[in-house]
Amino acid sequence: MSGHVVPKKLYILVFAALIVFTGLTTGVAFVNLGKWNTVAALAIAVCKASLVALFFMHLRWSSGLMRMVLVAAFVWFAILVTLTLSDEFTRQWTPVPSSWEARIQQQVR
Amino acid sequence: MATAAVETGIESRVHYLNASYGIKSWLLTTDHKRIALLYLASITFFFFVGGAAAVLMRLNLISPQGSLLEPATYNKLFSMHGIIMVFLFMIPSIPAVLGNFLVPMMIGARDLAFPRINLLSWYVFMVGGLFTLYAIITGGVNTGWTFYTPLSTTYANTNVIAAALGVFIAGFSSILTGLNFIVTIHKMRAPGLTWFRLPLFIWAIYATSVIQILGTPVLAITIVLVALERLIHVGVFDPAVGGDPVLFQHLFWFYSHPAVYIMILPSMGVMSELVTAFSKKRIFGYSFIAFSSVAIAAVSFLVWGHHMFVAGQSIYAGLVFSLLSFAVAIPSAIKVFNWTATLYKGSVSYQAPMLYALGFIGLFTMGGLTGLFLATLAVDVHVHGTYFVVAHFHYIMVGGAVMGYLGGIHFWWPKITGRLYPEGWARLAAAILFVGFNLTFFPQYVLGYLGMPRRYAVYPAEFQVLNVMSSAGASILGVGYLIPLVYMIWSMRYGPVAGPNPWGAKGLEWQTPSPPPTENFEETPIVTEEAYAYGTEEPQVA
Amino acid sequence: MHSSAALAEQFDDLQQQHEASSLGMWLFLATEVMFFGGLFTAYIIFRNFYLPAFEAGSRLLDVRIGAFNTAVLLCSSLTMALAVRAAQLGKKGLLITFLLLTLLLGLTFVGVKLAFEWRHDYLEGLVPGVNWTFSGPDSQHLELFFCFYFFMTGVHALHMVIGVGILTVLIVMAARGRFSPQRYNAVEMSGLYWHFVDIVWIFLFPLLYLIGGRY
Repeated sequence: MSGHVVPKKLYILVFAALIVFTGLTTGVAFVNLGKWNTVAALAIAVCKASLVALFFMHLRWSSGLMRMVLVAAFVWFAILVTLTLSDEFTRQWTPVPSSWEARIQQQVR
Repeated sequence: MATAAVETGIESRVHYLNASYGIKSWLLTTDHKRIALLYLASITFFFFVGGAAAVLMRLNLISPQGSLLEPATYNKLFSMHGIIMVFLFMIPSIPAVLGNFLVPMMIGARDLAFPRINLLSWYVFMVGGLFTLYAIITGGVNTGWTFYTPLSTTYANTNVIAAALGVFIAGFSSILTGLNFIVTIHKMRAPGLTWFRLPLFIWAIYATSVIQILGTPVLAITIVLVALERLIHVGVFDPAVGGDPVLFQHLFWFYSHPAVYIMILPSMGVMSELVTAFSKKRIFGYSFIAFSSVAIAAVSFLVWGHHMFVAGQSIYAGLVFSLLSFAVAIPSAIKVFNWTATLYKGSVSYQAPMLYALGFIGLFTMGGLTGLFLATLAVDVHVHGTYFVVAHFHYIMVGGAVMGYLGGIHFWWPKITGRLYPEGWARLAAAILFVGFNLTFFPQYVLGYLGMPRRYAVYPAEFQVLNVMSSAGASILGVGYLIPLVYMIWSMRYGPVAGPNPWGAKGLEWQTPSPPPTENFEETPIVTEEAYAYGTEEPQVA
Repeated sequence: MHSSAALAEQFDDLQQQHEASSLGMWLFLATEVMFFGGLFTAYIIFRNFYLPAFEAGSRLLDVRIGAFNTAVLLCSSLTMALAVRAAQLGKKGLLITFLLLTLLLGLTFVGVKLAFEWRHDYLEGLVPGVNWTFSGPDSQHLELFFCFYFFMTGVHALHMVIGVGILTVLIVMAARGRFSPQRYNAVEMSGLYWHFVDIVWIFLFPLLYLIGGRY
């Protein structure tokens, strides 16, 4: 029967790392890094998720197919976010013609 | 041995249809072939319910004042027609019927990877279908199958939540089916059956399943958001409180555009089987067709914004989506070229499945080319929301997908039932359908170009002639669909008994009796030749 | 050859069955990524549109409880992984112990959420659609934040509750001796599900609690 048996110590080590990362991300939240706060939070989250996936979920010892499935899911999520944001964040790039501005102001009043 | 029965095998042999009797043996079956038949019965029922809605719509459109129906009723009819046809007929059709029946057989397996999940998916489908029927019976929904906000969340006073719930539940059926197919195709192929020896139908089902897995969950969460907004008026889609109604359209079309490829890819898979079997020739460009299926599945997720060119979407996003929509047409075109090249110098015969296949090639091409018109941003500004769009997608879905489905049903009917359908009636029905279809939908291209909007119960008087033509075509279409219903059911009892391979086709499914035994094969086959290895056997002695 | 009752009829051997189950569960988890993904997408968009309100909302959440719950969930992932390991080694007593611990930790998570976080929010009048009474500036956008907060953590909690149900079934099965080193698929697959629900929280915690300008 297949199935890699992982040593207890490795699990506990991974768990310890996860707790450390949690403490880190919580601590960083109270430090002003401007927009890098978000980057740091997400980066740490990605590290934690990777640890869980690789070691607790055994992806480290799984076939390429399983890894591909998880990677594909995240890539597809990235497609959803990226292309949706490409619309939501660029609508303001096309300004309303000035001749319309006046008419809009009139209607609002 | 007992004395030979008069019947050449059907009643004296044990196969999946007579292996056990009684309603429990069907409702609790885990045999993929029986589950396929359960689906066949369900989707046929939903097809005719959705078709009835269409008949009423076309009757109403005979006169410009729409004297048959109130506009509010008309709105409910086109909504139910769309919801039922998309979610309860087209999405399941080929995968759940032909896919369920054939995937294990084509790869030499005894069943799918998860037979009980397969049965569960049918029950989930039925629950979703029943919720949708409940929504119809208790007053219907008038938002269109697209549930656009803020109509669906704020202003509609119809059964939005019930209908949405029906779709939500039915979506899980789609996910479970796709999951089953992917695992089966990866893990249960017979010895010697490498990926590039697989029938192209399997490649098509695989690509379809990938779309089902990655796309359907987004529809699920979107529908839940609509229901939530309707219940407690959150404001995610309501501009009055800072929400964005176009966000709904992004989330909705992220699934619903790939969904149209869920509807067409399996039919393209059937096409590869039909075109080779009825020209007795190897497929031209096997790897091109295989890769194009995967390419369609992937690129289909990148084009959804072409439904939103005039919805207030940013022009820059529109540019990107327009370009990508052109790209997605390429793999489909590759398939059409390859099927045509397969026919060239083939030994072509014109039985009913082939008639459907030829119809597919022509009609799908027309539908696909008009898709390019719609992908062109500047043109779409004029034809969005008109009958041009309606004609485009009906050419693909009906002229393409449904014809492929009917062709496949006819082709594999002897394998499924052990009986031959009546060929004369089948060819007649195919011809009637072809004529009726074109009469119904070609005028709609013209109507759309001239500016008649879709989803309207009334229209300007100058469009009447074209509308009457379309409605006349619809009545022919209706008759055309009823004919196979009758003779297929007739053939199950009275049709001539079929042998294992009445078409002389290649493929593992033809190397087992018709109907097959429950475990599909006496012994697991070992595959040594390429797919569609026509022309390699010795000539038959007369 | 069907070597044991553990092998289902459609499979040729236990290895094929195990690989098929794993692939099936991973595919299901992929659907869950996309399911939550829709919510995350909407959240990202509105957070960018209404940053001040969303940051204010985030600050109204209790970071200590959130961090504590995160630790609880990570611990439950550890115990779940150890449970799978025990099943692989055929150690029934250890398996049941770790499954029970995972279940208790899962219940702790849900309990803390309900009893401390959501109850507190309810008392403060911060539950949209139920008793929203906040009337400060930017109230509508703050309400939007709390909608996302409750819905996202609610859907997550629902998945946890389902996980708790699955664990209960596993504990009963384990107690009846249904698992062995040749037959522990159900434990392993449930483990994958449980870890995934943990991963969702690993992203929810910072995105909801930690990027509110708490400095």
